[in-house]
Amino acid sequence: MSAKNILTVENIAFERNDNLLFHPVDLALSRGEALHIEGSNGSGKTTLFRLLTGVLQPSCGSVYFRGKPIEQCRYDYLSELLFIGHQSAVKGMLSAQENLKWMSPPATSAEELACALSSVGLEGYTHIPCHNLSAGQHRRVALARLITSKASLWYLDEPFAALDKQGIALIESCMQAHIEQGGAILFSSHQDLAKTAVRKYSIVGYQEAF
Amino acid sequence: MSAVLSGGFSAYLYRDLLLAYRCRSDLARPLIFFLVVSTLVPLGVAPEPARLAALAPGIIWIMALLASLLSIESLFSSDFQDGSLEQMLIAPNLLAMPILGKVTAHWLVIGLPLALISPLIGIMFSLPAVAMVPMVLSLALGTAVLSFIGAVGAALTLPLRKGGVLLALLVMPLYMPVLIFGSATIQSAVDGLAWSGSLAILGAFLAIAMALCPLAIAAALRLSS
Repeated sequence: MSAKNILTVENIAFERNDNLLFHPVDLALSRGEALHIEGSNGSGKTTLFRLLTGVLQPSCGSVYFRGKPIEQCRYDYLSELLFIGHQSAVKGMLSAQENLKWMSPPATSAEELACALSSVGLEGYTHIPCHNLSAGQHRRVALARLITSKASLWYLDEPFAALDKQGIALIESCMQAHIEQGGAILFSSHQDLAKTAVRKYSIVGYQEAF
Repeated sequence: MSAVLSGGFSAYLYRDLLLAYRCRSDLARPLIFFLVVSTLVPLGVAPEPARLAALAPGIIWIMALLASLLSIESLFSSDFQDGSLEQMLIAPNLLAMPILGKVTAHWLVIGLPLALISPLIGIMFSLPAVAMVPMVLSLALGTAVLSFIGAVGAALTLPLRKGGVLLALLVMPLYMPVLIFGSATIQSAVDGLAWSGSLAILGAFLAIAMALCPLAIAAALRLSS
């Protein structure tokens, strides 16, 4: 566990109903790097993200942020963290702009919000309640946070779900830019990135092993 | 450090008020319940002013309590379903602050309007005019306590799909002191006694609830998610 790694995960496992969900996970992530988490449906990718964000407590193992256990540097860790989960946290009754404003750093100006929304292809939709948007557009509202956020560590759970080809290319270029600026990304997906070469980590569910 | 403490309160207060404004029909439901059910009492009991006035403090408080209980169940459930609760849990700031914002928003859209329309019910129950001010004040303070206590129950029963009955069982015993001192405030005013004492006790409940409930809710949400 060296301090140059922004994130180190040691032997983390999670128990549900007395069964381990997946084989213990060990991984490390340094600055300027993306790690692709692979695994079949139900293997525990989403649970892994919930463990890493601290929403769930692991049954064993620990997570280190810049060499410190995350329990000891919770504020620093979470301030540097952007997590976009499977559920996008987009409120149907609010417009795209209101949703993004609420999910972005408080200092984000209205111009920055409009700019972020138009760069994910939502210009003209910014003031429409989100329940009138399609699933892919919902996803784009959530992913516009990639542009407004100042966080250096991104956790993206299935970022490409429901997106069209242009959307996928767009998010991939966002991820590429983030890596080049020295950020780090941990993402799960069932498809490979087209341009960016990334390390992969396979998570193996216990049910599959037997 | 102040950012750690204050972060999230105003953002969540504003967001929940905006959401409430967008779903105005949901907002009106507890108020309509309060009005309609209170209207049924004179029809069911007896339309004699003297009898109604005697019943009024208790009835009005029970209705307010049920109206608050009905609406508190959904406090966290939509956030839980769409993933925004998860975002709240992983915000770096103290979790109690967004919770305080959400509960305050709930009081502003349910408890406060309830207190403000209560004189209407008071007139219907031929409550003496001297009891109107204590009634509004006791409901305004008391419903805030109910929102805080109810939110603890809502957070604990969050993962259960149909947690309504369990929620009622959990919070009803805790609602009782509020009910007792709330109706006592109105009753004292009706009897011409000093009512500031029971109102002060409600205020004390609110002070305790405001300090402790957000911490309890935060712990319950971490368990539930």
